[in-house]
Amino acid sequence: MAESMILQVENLRKDFGGLLAVDDVSLAVREGDIFSIIGPNGAGKTTIFNLISGVLPASGGQIRFGGRLLNEMKPHEIANLGLSRTFQNLQIFTNMSVLENVMVGRHPRSSYGMISAALRLPGGRREEREIRERAMEHLDFVGLKSFAEWNAGSLPFGQQRLLEIARALATEPRLLMLDEPGAGLNMTEKVALSGLVRRIRDQGISILLVEHDMAFVMGIAERIIVLDYGEKIAEGTPEEVQRDPAVIAAYLGTEGI
Amino acid sequence: MSEEKGWAKHSNIVGIVAFATLVVALGLVETFQPFGFRFRDFTGGMVTFDTLIRIGILTIVVVGLNLLMGYAGQISLGQAAFYGVGAYVSAIMSTLASRHEVLPGISDAWWWPWLAILVAMLVTGAFAYAIGRPILRLRGNYLAMATLGLGVVMYTIFREGGGITGGHDGLAGIPRLSIGESFAFWPVERYYWLVWAAAFAVIIIGLNVINSRVGRGLRAIHTSELAANTMGVDTDKYRVQVLVLSAMMASLAGSLYAHFQAIVSPGPFGFVASVELVCMSAVGGMASVWGAALGVSFFFVIKEVLRARMHQLLRGAGGEHELIAYGIILVLVMIFVPEGLSFGGIKALSWLRNLAVFRRGDGREIEARTGQAG
Repeated sequence: MAESMILQVENLRKDFGGLLAVDDVSLAVREGDIFSIIGPNGAGKTTIFNLISGVLPASGGQIRFGGRLLNEMKPHEIANLGLSRTFQNLQIFTNMSVLENVMVGRHPRSSYGMISAALRLPGGRREEREIRERAMEHLDFVGLKSFAEWNAGSLPFGQQRLLEIARALATEPRLLMLDEPGAGLNMTEKVALSGLVRRIRDQGISILLVEHDMAFVMGIAERIIVLDYGEKIAEGTPEEVQRDPAVIAAYLGTEGI
Repeated sequence: MSEEKGWAKHSNIVGIVAFATLVVALGLVETFQPFGFRFRDFTGGMVTFDTLIRIGILTIVVVGLNLLMGYAGQISLGQAAFYGVGAYVSAIMSTLASRHEVLPGISDAWWWPWLAILVAMLVTGAFAYAIGRPILRLRGNYLAMATLGLGVVMYTIFREGGGITGGHDGLAGIPRLSIGESFAFWPVERYYWLVWAAAFAVIIIGLNVINSRVGRGLRAIHTSELAANTMGVDTDKYRVQVLVLSAMMASLAGSLYAHFQAIVSPGPFGFVASVELVCMSAVGGMASVWGAALGVSFFFVIKEVLRARMHQLLRGAGGEHELIAYGIILVLVMIFVPEGLSFGGIKALSWLRNLAVFRRGDGREIEARTGQAG
């Protein structure tokens, strides 16, 4: 079983000086799966994302990606290994065009540096053409090709969410972490998003999804864990989780499906 | 595919050619003085040719500063420190023969000052690297204070350097730059070409960096360091690199200044100088390489115009009145054009263009250009 696990989180803990945001959480994402973390607001979902992507240091536990220990690594090193993410509160680069945003995503797959850039050396110029072309492909994949030269900040909200996904895809990740990608989207947009997530997985990219919308998650995830107050209270397939009394009590009971 | 990036690249090339034409034209006028006219005659005697050289020198510093502050978003209230290191290294090395009789035959050769410029850039770059790593861990106001402190420390070193830096009086007798024994970049009309050639090289390098993978990384850091990091941008490394680049540009300018004045003293490298540099950057437009030339030019021209004409506006006005007027003008510019004259100019131009397009009833074209309907 362990051989095809792309992400293994064991006994993860995060202590904010007294506030235990993440308490002994373990999960394992099988390669090629869509894995979801659900739970009420404040349950620690985004904190877990921040721990895995290296934005925050863990207080305890281990995070392994493709067998490698991520714990002491910096975020950009983790990105270079093939782990990418989007953000719950959008972090698009509003001082650049839509295409340039995605081109930043090509960073782990390109290398030319300051000197090559300053002197416009041929190697850098060739890489730059590739970066532009590949970025365009990723824009096309999410359906934003016609917005390429727009200023990123002037895109409608739903499109900005898609832009963040395109940017993360441009890193050519093995695992893509989506933090509440459906938040603020209307019904139509969510259906389209659902389709997009499946198409991403069909490309061979594993997906770790944090979401609030139950129907959305139940429809696409293979495996789910449920968090409440930083602890894992249930784990399983969508059907198993839906029927779990602890989950219903803590979360689904107040909302229904 | 390539027409889509054409707009940005296109306008850069047009800008370079247009600006170069202006610079060349002004230089030719001064060299050949058609019908006896010199540059200062075109400005009613208010702006001199020397000023054009000073503008060129400071443009080099401000391009680097714009990369650092406008693009990467790292404030620097001590940029004059790097400018000063460049000037002093050039001054010290070029006067080794005349002042200390060190390395005669080598240190008074024609190529020695050129080598000194290179050495100065490397020294300044290494210096920026060394202090950059610890300082750039700071953010916002703390970084500002650290750079301010750096500027003060360097100024004090320049002033109290005694035997090495010449202390308060500085170092004199800096030779002019020349190629071979016979061709000197002097008098002023010749030095102009050298300074502006360097300025254009720096502008082109600045534009190259901005429109590259590195430039995108820097601009990403400016908006969201978090997202930049998670997209694989090594933000610590990039921030140091842009600091080093801006420091080396400032050093080059400092060396050119030293060979222009033939004397360096601590005065032009203190806190006031650093603040003026930031003002020039802000007035021209921080996130714009062209803004550098615009901001520096604006500063000098306003200063000279005030000096020449202030007494006409206000009877009996003196230096203090000029300073006050100068300050008021700066404040007005920042109130009405906070993004800087370069962007203000672009906005005005595109507003005019949209007006023309709109009048023709091409509402859709506005939508395509601005990304907004109506």
